[in-house]
Amino acid sequence: MRNGTKDSMANKPKTSARRDRGRRHPLATVALIMVGLIGTGGAYALFTTSATAETSAAADAQLDDGAKLFAANCATCHGMALQGTTQAPSLIGVGAAAVDFQVGTGRMPLAATGPQAEEKPVQFTEEQVAALAAYVASKGPGPAIPSEEYLQGDGNAAEGAELFRINCAMCHNVAGAGGALTEGKFAPPLGDVTAVHAYEAMITGPQNMPVFNDANISPEDKANIITYLKYLDETPSVGGYGLGDLGPVSEGLFIWIFGLGAIVGITIWLTAKSN
Amino acid sequence: MANDHDGTNPRAGTTVEKYGEHNQPTAGTAVVSSDSVQNPGFEPFRARVADLDPAVARAQERRVSAWFVLSIIGSVFAIVAYIIFPIDGTPGSIRNNNFFLGIGIALALLAVGFGAVHWSKSLMDGHDLVEQRHGTRGTDATREKAIEVFELGNKESGFGRRTLIRRTLIGALVVSPLPAVVLFRDLAPAENPVPLLKQTMWAKGVRLTRDPSGTPIKASDVTLGSAFHVIPDGLNESEHKLEEKAKAAVLLMRLKPQDLHVSAGREDWNYDGIIAYSKICTHVGCPVALYEQQTHHLLCPCHQSQFDITHEAQVIFGPAKRPLPQLPITVDSEGYLIARSDFTEPVGPSFWERKL
Repeated sequence: MRNGTKDSMANKPKTSARRDRGRRHPLATVALIMVGLIGTGGAYALFTTSATAETSAAADAQLDDGAKLFAANCATCHGMALQGTTQAPSLIGVGAAAVDFQVGTGRMPLAATGPQAEEKPVQFTEEQVAALAAYVASKGPGPAIPSEEYLQGDGNAAEGAELFRINCAMCHNVAGAGGALTEGKFAPPLGDVTAVHAYEAMITGPQNMPVFNDANISPEDKANIITYLKYLDETPSVGGYGLGDLGPVSEGLFIWIFGLGAIVGITIWLTAKSN
Repeated sequence: MANDHDGTNPRAGTTVEKYGEHNQPTAGTAVVSSDSVQNPGFEPFRARVADLDPAVARAQERRVSAWFVLSIIGSVFAIVAYIIFPIDGTPGSIRNNNFFLGIGIALALLAVGFGAVHWSKSLMDGHDLVEQRHGTRGTDATREKAIEVFELGNKESGFGRRTLIRRTLIGALVVSPLPAVVLFRDLAPAENPVPLLKQTMWAKGVRLTRDPSGTPIKASDVTLGSAFHVIPDGLNESEHKLEEKAKAAVLLMRLKPQDLHVSAGREDWNYDGIIAYSKICTHVGCPVALYEQQTHHLLCPCHQSQFDITHEAQVIFGPAKRPLPQLPITVDSEGYLIARSDFTEPVGPSFWERKL
């Protein structure tokens, strides 16, 4: 639609210049039909999109900003045409969601190569992230930034929990505390992940996380999973302090050091002679 | 025994004190070695501060009773905490109730124990003493009396004489545990378990469906990098759902077809790079589902076995011995993924009758 509008606007001056009724060229009829078609089409487009003309101009400016930011910050590894290099994958078709996740959580630009890109302070403002996302999305269709209705955390937490246990818990821990993968990689804890980033991670599969597209887990079910994550965040652990929710490792370490330590201490006190 | 208290008994602290001519320890109850190390006896008695200074003794007395008062406070606190932190159904209230009630009760019981130990250590009589163990052999008179009782019983009941009664009684006792044996045997599968271990719900034409909803999966749904957790069609309606799921759970992934190293005979087991592997680890049967979509490693969370999905789930690290069994798949006329057959080998860990 945006391109159509641009074409018709560009064609307008041309068509008015050809409006010379004094001569009748053999092709005049064709030209007249063309003029009529382009005129009505253009007028229609103008009429219906005049409200979006401004936003379209703003979008163009955003794409421009995105292109500049991309060239300055990303192109070294991902290539000027997003084609990818030996250092980094192609970004054609990754979609706005991938950019918003990777850049919005600070994982990109990458600080250093390693087993995986780690979360760090976000390097760009929200507008810059949006500009980058729009630019990358304009180069190939991909998952868009999810709509607000799925991010409210007002779905069914029980269903979300079941899906979480089946699809996510093996890596991210049933309490969302994260866990180790192979060769130094790890699944991050999900406690401080915003709803939009959680959703984007599911649809784009950042780094070694598999993709959970909408055909696998529907947007409503993704909203349920986000509801469960919100529930985990907001609900205190009934059993007291969770020791990181890491299960037998941290709990075992705690009881070996402090539980057995207390028993050893009491035993020494019991058998020591009083002064 | 009388001289135990002054610590001068030369054999105090040894296991066996003194035995008369007729009261030697029975074999196996004590080690009495002729060249054992001489028992040095107790250390000389050393008076404690509380024994010497009545002021300190009074201070210790106050300290012991302070423990007991603390215990009373703990009990009262537990009651108060139970009232002021009621359980109103929210997890936070359950936590507060449990926490403060537990603190109160723990204080009440621990303080009694600590007070008692402190009392005995600081104020009670501080002499070392040994309580001797006696020999286990009874006196000859006792032994004769016991035999007499047995013989009298045998004579009066006729147990030795009335053989019919004796044998039927012994027979009844032998048979009585048999119902338990039958009942416990029936807990095991009635049929031979080996075929159960070798077969799963998968069969030719069974659709691959999503876990837990049971909706069928189209090949086009499985985009590159996706991982689907899969159960066979009809599992949710089957009688032994969990038993069947424990064998039939499958992980479905899509890789670029050129990334797959397909061995001879398995060329048609994947569908355009979509592959399905058993989720049951061949080590001890944990669900292997930690799939890394870039490295194509599959990690078992229990013992860190790693499988390389590009090389037909070959083991690249860890204790697992065999690759994960692959489920041969294709699509049906409607585009849904279906199994070509059951797994071609038993899933999960080794068992006795499994041919390697």
